[in-house]
Amino acid sequence: MSMVFDEYGRPFIILKEQQAKARVKGLEAQKSNILAAKAISSILRTSLGPKGMDKMLVDADGDVAITNDGATILERMEVQHQVAKLLVELSQSQDNEIGDGTTGVVVLAGALLSQAEKLLDRGIHPVRIAEGYEAACEVAVKTLADIGDVIEFTKEDTSPLISTAETTLNSKIINVNRSKMAKIAVDAVLSVADLDRKDVNFDMIKMEGKPGGRLEDTELVSGIVLDKEMSHSQMSKEITDVKCCLLTCPFEPPKPKTKHKLDIDSKEAYEKLYKHEQEYFTKMIQQVKDSGANLVICQWGFDDEANHLLLQNKLPAIRWVGGVELELIAIATGARIIPRFSELSEEKLGTAGKVREITFGTTEEKMVIIEDCKNSNAVTCIVRGGNKMIVEEAKRSLHDAMCVVRNLIKDNRVVYGGGSAEIACSLSVSAHADTVMGTDQYAIRAFADALDDIPLALAENCGLSPIEELANVKSKQLESKNPFLGVDCTQAGTNDMKKQGVFETLIGKQQQLLLATQVVKMVLKIDDVITMGNYQ
Amino acid sequence: MENAYMNQGAQVDKGENARMSSFIGAIAIADLVKTTLGPKGMDKILQRVSQNDQSISVTNDGATILKSVNIDNAAAKVLVDIAKVQDDEVGDGTTSVAVFCGELLREAEKLVAQRIHPQTICRGWRLARDAARSALEAHARDNKDNEEKFRDDLFNIARTTLSSKLLTHDKDYFANLAVDAVMRLKKSGNLDHIQIIKKAGGQLRDSYLETGFIMDKKIGVGCPKKVTNAKILIANTSMDTDKIKIYGSRVRVDAMSKVAEIEEAEKDKMRAKCKKIVDHGINVFVNRQLIYNFPEQLFAEAGIMSIEHADFEGVERLAAVTGGEVASTFDHPELVNLGMCDTIEEVMIGEDKVIRFSGCKAGEACTVVLRGASGHMLDEAERSLHDALCVLTQTVKETRTICGGGCTEILMAAAVDKEVPSIPGKKALAMEAFARALRQMPSIVADNGGYDSAELITQLRAAHAQGKSSYGLDMYNGLVADMDPLGVRESFKSKLQVLMSASEAAEMILRVDDIIKCAPRQREGH
Repeated sequence: MSMVFDEYGRPFIILKEQQAKARVKGLEAQKSNILAAKAISSILRTSLGPKGMDKMLVDADGDVAITNDGATILERMEVQHQVAKLLVELSQSQDNEIGDGTTGVVVLAGALLSQAEKLLDRGIHPVRIAEGYEAACEVAVKTLADIGDVIEFTKEDTSPLISTAETTLNSKIINVNRSKMAKIAVDAVLSVADLDRKDVNFDMIKMEGKPGGRLEDTELVSGIVLDKEMSHSQMSKEITDVKCCLLTCPFEPPKPKTKHKLDIDSKEAYEKLYKHEQEYFTKMIQQVKDSGANLVICQWGFDDEANHLLLQNKLPAIRWVGGVELELIAIATGARIIPRFSELSEEKLGTAGKVREITFGTTEEKMVIIEDCKNSNAVTCIVRGGNKMIVEEAKRSLHDAMCVVRNLIKDNRVVYGGGSAEIACSLSVSAHADTVMGTDQYAIRAFADALDDIPLALAENCGLSPIEELANVKSKQLESKNPFLGVDCTQAGTNDMKKQGVFETLIGKQQQLLLATQVVKMVLKIDDVITMGNYQ
Repeated sequence: MENAYMNQGAQVDKGENARMSSFIGAIAIADLVKTTLGPKGMDKILQRVSQNDQSISVTNDGATILKSVNIDNAAAKVLVDIAKVQDDEVGDGTTSVAVFCGELLREAEKLVAQRIHPQTICRGWRLARDAARSALEAHARDNKDNEEKFRDDLFNIARTTLSSKLLTHDKDYFANLAVDAVMRLKKSGNLDHIQIIKKAGGQLRDSYLETGFIMDKKIGVGCPKKVTNAKILIANTSMDTDKIKIYGSRVRVDAMSKVAEIEEAEKDKMRAKCKKIVDHGINVFVNRQLIYNFPEQLFAEAGIMSIEHADFEGVERLAAVTGGEVASTFDHPELVNLGMCDTIEEVMIGEDKVIRFSGCKAGEACTVVLRGASGHMLDEAERSLHDALCVLTQTVKETRTICGGGCTEILMAAAVDKEVPSIPGKKALAMEAFARALRQMPSIVADNGGYDSAELITQLRAAHAQGKSSYGLDMYNGLVADMDPLGVRESFKSKLQVLMSASEAAEMILRVDDIIKCAPRQREGH
């Protein structure tokens, strides 16, 4: 195949054999791709649900991370197989878009592919399967919208938001303190949310982790936390009624960009230069002082002399503050970032109620907290925990919970969890299958079977007998026409997820189905895998 | 097939294998430090492996041991990490936290073998942990209102902490020393203000607490060796010719005479700077940076004692002690706070000369001078004392204390056991396991002392059942005894931290069912 002949009968090569190290074609290609994808999803399968297990990931440098966040697991696994990479991206795009359900989406894709494999064995063409899936997905998404419920909440009554956040946190290690963590997540999001515009600016929420203490010590600070300390150990550690100036210029004599040389050739010149230099410092400090600021936050470092002058003039200062943090402070305090000393003026200062420096544990790690800012919506979560890994995982989990809350604010429609939505979709998809003519019918039915895999995995992870449980719930749903029945993972005694208060956002779930179907279609349509080798 | 989708050299352990590898790793690490637990614990020698540095250190500090061990097992790393955090947070109980976590996992291993799901175990542990925690809280005693008793508590805590260390023979002496040092800090809890100076020679008992501040430096040549009523200017400035800070300038001259002039100008500048410093009305000048001969001479002429090259911490501490501020500019003498102290003199410790600042304005800081036969001993003594100081400062902040000697472990285990009958389901088995792991702690302590642990622990349990809730192990007589008169106390915070972070970590390890190891980074040049 890789050699053809032109109209004069001369052969030419399309694909050099040596160049292509490996080439897999046709059904075999699909099979091997499906195998790889299934392997990935089988890793994540056990992490699904409230009783899901964690994975321990050791990276190339030997650092350990423990997590059950699907996106994080896949990202750190350094997957190499091309189709497996597609799944990694799938979970990442779910993470970027929704922030939650990253495990579910991969498990669903895996289930869809393993169903497809069976159909391929029966000789159904991959494109027919892909189209069947497409049609089934449409039905499922529509069903989701139909069974969706609306959650009403106001800024005062946040309990529905909290219980959603709790559902998300249920599957994470921090579920011991889920009510507190959920509250933190909701409070954080609400304080930065614009309920009228239904918009949440995540840039305003910062997370700082400090190993040590206990998970309960995690707190939400309305303000900004900087992992810095005052530049001089004797500056005051607590300032009230703060007027801060944000500088992006160093406390140093200016460095002109043009190359220049200044020659000193006499005693007078030398002395003059020295005087001039001294003046620079005093002038800079004077300018800051004149503007009425009582806190200096600088992006750069400063000289010993400048540092002391600041101390002498009772101007506490923080140095080496990163650009992102500086912007955050600027937004929160309403300050303008000042690039040159000459542009300092009173109206460019930011205001905050209180700035204080706090110390952790015995190692003298310090942080500066800026509280009660003028535009006080910026918040910071300080996450504490027994060890580094748990803090990292707590940060990830909180982020997930916040994403869910944000999604609810954007769109307050929900579906119920515990696999109930999947079961309802599966029922409606298989009902739809009977009305379709042709081979697509098989694909649509396979889609319904794949949907069943989510409640199956849930039940399996909870130590229930999966098939029995699924069959029970399914027949109950059919009988009572109640789409809120799901797998009772926490053994709360009822299958009604509405009563248990377990729900997920509608867009999250829809996105899961759509993304998974898309990727599966893509994988099915690949019939030739050419791995480029090195030239030999 | 499993590895086909990952990089070469990557490794995936699943299910049973993964769990086994974490259990084995974590338990091995716990066993490693287990023998150092308790007052009769043994020490370890740590030897570095690098070619040019084969130095050794002798220690029984859990965190130090764990930090120095190279570990490949992922679960073991979690244990090392919790020990480190314990060290940072409380400073003591580093061994306990690793051992307790190991014991929990040992119990979990048995439960998993009985086909109990890890999640069920976790749930049981959580219930048990809550029960244990409330028992601990109920048992804690708070003496913060009674100063005398509080001091006793602190003293007892220091003694208990030190009893498992090298300093055990002189523990009363050192406990007093540590308490005095911490009490001086008054609530600030800033350990920076306690300086530890190690000088080999003499014996441990020759160590003492210097109420002033000691700086391991020499006084400049020709300066007075003793100053009373000292006014100190603490500075961080270069006493060399100041470099010109204006960018791009350089000196270029066309005649030798000009060079001389510039040199003169430089000298003038220095002279002016020194003059400004002298004008502060001081009689002692301490600089973080070097003081060159010329300014030193100027100071000597003005009758000012100059001390050069005090390191950064030294300067900050000195500033804190004497109440001065670290100055870098000298144009406004009226604005600079000078440090004050009664006497500054050069004294001898062993064979070395140091400078002593006594009668300081802010009485917070102090210096502990440690003496000992060898460098290793001093290092270990410093670590032990540091642990004690850390615990004490934490106790000053969180004033509750509890009984030591395994008393609280038995108490918590009893509280958990009491809960068990009311819990339906397999969780109860996990709770029993939690109680067993708790009871294992005093039993290890007893074993390390060479006593019959099974006998002692059952006796202790019986004592607790009779309501003698302050009974624990008397490790000096090998008996069960009331801990109160023996003065074996521990800090509440440290114990709580051990309980919480060990069980958190154990839970975390238990929840893992896959271990995915990425291919190790290829290092160049191998």
